[in-house]
Amino acid sequence: MLDILIVGAGGAGLTAALEAHRAGAKVAILSKSYPTRSQTAMAQGGINAVLTPSDSIEHHIADTLQSAHDLASIEAITQLCQGAPKAINWLGSLGMPFSRDTQEGVAQRRLGGASAPRACYAQDYTGLKLIHTLYDQVIEAGIPLYHEHFLLNCIVEENHILGITALDIRTSTVKAIAAKSVILATGGYSKLYGDFSTNAQGATGDGIAAALRAGARISDIEFVQFHPTALASSSILISESARGAGGLLIDGEGKRFVDELAPRDVVARAIYEAIERTGRAYLDIRHLGEAYIEEHLPQERKLAQLYEGVDCVHALIPIKPAAHYTMGGIEVDAQGMSAVRGLFAVGECANAHIHGANRLGGNSLLELVVFGRDTARHALTFAQKSTPPNANDTQFQKDSAFIHACFHRFTNQIDFYEKQTFLSKIAYRNAGLFRNEMHLKGVLGVVRQIQKELPFMGVKDKLSTYNTNLVEFLEFGNIIELAEVLLVGAINRIESRGAHYRSDYPQSHPHFAHPTISWKEQGVLCNAFE
Amino acid sequence: MPSNETLTLTVQRFHPQRQPNTLSMSYTVPKTKTLLQALTHIKRTQDPTLTFNAGCNASVCGSCAVRVNGREVLACAYTPQEGDLIEPLRYATVLKDLVVDASHTTTLNARAHNASHGHKEEMQSIDAAHAITRQSDCILCSACYSACPVLAVNSDFLGPFALTRSWRYIADSREADTSSIMQSIQTNGIWDCTLCGECTTVCPQHIDPKNDIMMLQGKAGILGYTNPKFGGGMSFDGGFGTPDFGVPSF
Repeated sequence: MLDILIVGAGGAGLTAALEAHRAGAKVAILSKSYPTRSQTAMAQGGINAVLTPSDSIEHHIADTLQSAHDLASIEAITQLCQGAPKAINWLGSLGMPFSRDTQEGVAQRRLGGASAPRACYAQDYTGLKLIHTLYDQVIEAGIPLYHEHFLLNCIVEENHILGITALDIRTSTVKAIAAKSVILATGGYSKLYGDFSTNAQGATGDGIAAALRAGARISDIEFVQFHPTALASSSILISESARGAGGLLIDGEGKRFVDELAPRDVVARAIYEAIERTGRAYLDIRHLGEAYIEEHLPQERKLAQLYEGVDCVHALIPIKPAAHYTMGGIEVDAQGMSAVRGLFAVGECANAHIHGANRLGGNSLLELVVFGRDTARHALTFAQKSTPPNANDTQFQKDSAFIHACFHRFTNQIDFYEKQTFLSKIAYRNAGLFRNEMHLKGVLGVVRQIQKELPFMGVKDKLSTYNTNLVEFLEFGNIIELAEVLLVGAINRIESRGAHYRSDYPQSHPHFAHPTISWKEQGVLCNAFE
Repeated sequence: MPSNETLTLTVQRFHPQRQPNTLSMSYTVPKTKTLLQALTHIKRTQDPTLTFNAGCNASVCGSCAVRVNGREVLACAYTPQEGDLIEPLRYATVLKDLVVDASHTTTLNARAHNASHGHKEEMQSIDAAHAITRQSDCILCSACYSACPVLAVNSDFLGPFALTRSWRYIADSREADTSSIMQSIQTNGIWDCTLCGECTTVCPQHIDPKNDIMMLQGKAGILGYTNPKFGGGMSFDGGFGTPDFGVPSF
């Protein structure tokens, strides 16, 4: 039997796999796609670490804490920041092709909210090169990979993990995979906002939803970071480096309206308001000149041309804020373990209380390396020591029956793609950057209605081979499950803090300087601030 | 009917459970900025059975490579034109419609041992880092592999992306020992390339696998490897980076 099954093959999953393998664990990785297609590949900015005497780990800790707005754990942040230099060394030892400075060291740049140039980077491809470097190592180590397997549920007996069930996407068959411990590294849920998100297609919170169903506690789901500058018609990300280099924000009347280098949540809300007020908002980088843009922002130029039909050397880039990173996730302890024994979580799907109410750029790649390695060691220790209860095939039977029902029982009277598009629009408008009780309750009403309607949806493609219609329906189910948690959290948190802004309660309140914890009691969602 | 607002696309479809299992289907869609948007529109509003892969929409995940009118593109970076024919990539098993089995990206890199095998040093100059920057931009979309004519006659050929990755590690100034990589790309590897440059033409990341393979041939010569196709154990000392010793024939 596997010591550790890792679900998710982004940066967190692969890091954990490598560390587990090094420590002698019998480990396998399961993923709904391929590692190089994960959200990690999209990370541009960098990975924070204090590497020079001109910066200090105390400053890194202080910057991270400040951005978290009293919603983070100082112990966890200290562990993260202290582990950062070692994480960079480790990546270097695997061959990570970092950009270099004139002293032949790893080049670093300053990202928003950082008091020093602290983000190690590889051009604008930091995440891409990170994931490929890790993947090359995973392949060389011979770690088994289950590609194209979609996580359905955790198998849990007596609050103890025994494995998972997954859908083999190529055949639509359900499989049960046993393991002594499971690490979820399945990413965030920004695609709840559909086309109003910068994220890749698969960011549908599958692992978080599965953990919730398995009896784990999840937390701070209402905290969603919106990136200020996504392209207006497609939500494609325009990197923060465009503003860092001196790019200006202009409203529909041609006026500047905010300090471009203010924290992400502040800038994002100002852009949203400018669009409400004047119809449009733009990023202006014309004054940087063609030579600079071609050298430093070639991706941005290409994407603006493709999606907006504008050449940013001569024209303004139409922009809007879009959902970018989800701070909330599976509530984990200092070992990375959830409330279910042996079920661990790491990366964007976990809430290790690093990012709190607002993530700092460069800390998420760092989290997945530092905590990915730590979590793997803790999971292995658990696997070696625990005595699991006896397994049975109840979950497997249940999930097999559910997949069968998706094909043959669900009635298909309601088109789930339409509901998904509708949900993303109202979530963006009413549960996005600006929230108030009435709007949130309206969206919650829609979500609960959609939950009831799921059996009247289903798949129209009735054949079992590589059925992406089925996969997208399952992803929609997870989104709907998490949408309820997000809305209940946002309704109950009657204050504003970091990325969660209530126009009816614009101030922070000390009563809410605690994580929002959510769990299910016999299928009913419960919620408390702890 | 084509109009100013719509266009018609033809998709080469495949389904192993249907008879016949291949079929060309035409769809009329609103004009979109990208082919991926058009395919998504079809799936969501006209035909949920149409199957393709998609990911980041920003050309970094390599999921959505297809062939349009015989040429490899990323669907998320190509603006569709009236009458386009969309087909899956070549030289990989088609699973359904435009989705191919992408596990060769794993197996080929495994065969070439394309990974760091330990460092002799941590430091690296800006110029030395530059030497592997473009090669490490690869997104494993497989466009180059599908465009490679060698694969049509030799399915065991490692192909362009794996060989570019070999050069990425061999040319990395930090690497202590790349001998296992060099050893494993001799057979069905660097000497089997015809240097036609099709891979370079289609790469969405502007990588030049043809040049990387020439560099590997030059380096191999320096290390005493010979091109088996020339026979007679002829060795090359023609110099690193000047691999102008003719095109191997098949």
